[in-house]
Amino acid sequence: MHTELTDTEIIKRILQGEQAIFAILVERYQQYVFTLVLRFTDSREDAEEISQDIFVKAYRSLADFRGESKFSTWLYTIVRTSCITFLRKKRLDTTSIDNERTFLQLENKESTFNSNVIEQKSRHAMVNEAIRLLSPDDSQVITLFYKGEQTLDEIGRIMGLEPNTVKVKLHRARNRLKEKMEKHFSYEVRELFTPDGYG
Amino acid sequence: MNTQSPMEERLWDYIDGLGSPAERSAIEALIAENREWQEKYRELLNVHQLLNTSEMEAPSMRFTKNVMEEISRYHVAPATKTYINKNIIRSIGAFFLAMITGLLAFVFSQLKWSGANSGAASPYNKFVDSASSLGAEKLGWLKTFNSTWTIAFMLVVIVLGWVMLDMYLTQKKERAGTQA
Repeated sequence: MHTELTDTEIIKRILQGEQAIFAILVERYQQYVFTLVLRFTDSREDAEEISQDIFVKAYRSLADFRGESKFSTWLYTIVRTSCITFLRKKRLDTTSIDNERTFLQLENKESTFNSNVIEQKSRHAMVNEAIRLLSPDDSQVITLFYKGEQTLDEIGRIMGLEPNTVKVKLHRARNRLKEKMEKHFSYEVRELFTPDGYG
Repeated sequence: MNTQSPMEERLWDYIDGLGSPAERSAIEALIAENREWQEKYRELLNVHQLLNTSEMEAPSMRFTKNVMEEISRYHVAPATKTYINKNIIRSIGAFFLAMITGLLAFVFSQLKWSGANSGAASPYNKFVDSASSLGAEKLGWLKTFNSTWTIAFMLVVIVLGWVMLDMYLTQKKERAGTQA
């Protein structure tokens, strides 16, 4: 019954004092938040801790949500700032998630890849692994577009970019993803991308 | 090779449902007739479908319970706009604007725009001459205004003022666009 409520309705009721109803929002967006956070950190434990912190922050500042954008868009701004703060605290040899050094760290993960293990994983796991090999910016734009169901305009607004720039970024990110898959999961990709391989 | 990138870009737009109907029809025709376009389209469509059907990562089963336990210790904070007094921010802005405007007004009021007999060629020299005639040297501040750094600083302040004005107008335009 509760799941049919819109985000705005739920928020309105929470602001009127129904704290328990926040659980619906947590259920609805936990995978979205957790997936986005995992783009910033390798550790699932850390990701879970950050995600929990994000929902607490979202709850506390719920009165600031004006409903001008989607709740997921607003939530993403908290995800981003929380992840940046986490990375700074962890002193991940960088001061910015867009920093080239962070990207290099992610690139280095490639060398520790065990292709035998990967071969046994499902198609979905392969995509998620390939996305993790991308830079944070690339993986964010892909996750927001495909999993957050955000339009180019919305992604542009939350990333502070023009929709056209987002479009170009998305094109490039998908091409890089394809390259990563071809490089690290050549066997699966051959199966998938040959005319009779998909499906 | 040169055609590869625009081809991919156009195909991604087609897959994402972007572009005008005319452009989409043109791409449909290319996919139907051209083998290279057909292969690339199938390749990109596979990536797109793969991304669309891929599952999101899930946290532990206790996640919601953990969050709810955590928030039970908190209350929703009042909206930021209720405790930030906009008048204070406006006053600070007005103070700096008044400072800049006053300074500029003073500088320009000291210039002798028609002083052709002074022998000083540039407006800056005219300003220095006129300031000297007012006894500014006795006050000592002319030394400060003589500094290249001071002039550079003033220019930076003016440029920043313009940038802020531009940001304000852009925000206003975006807000008007959102409301429309």
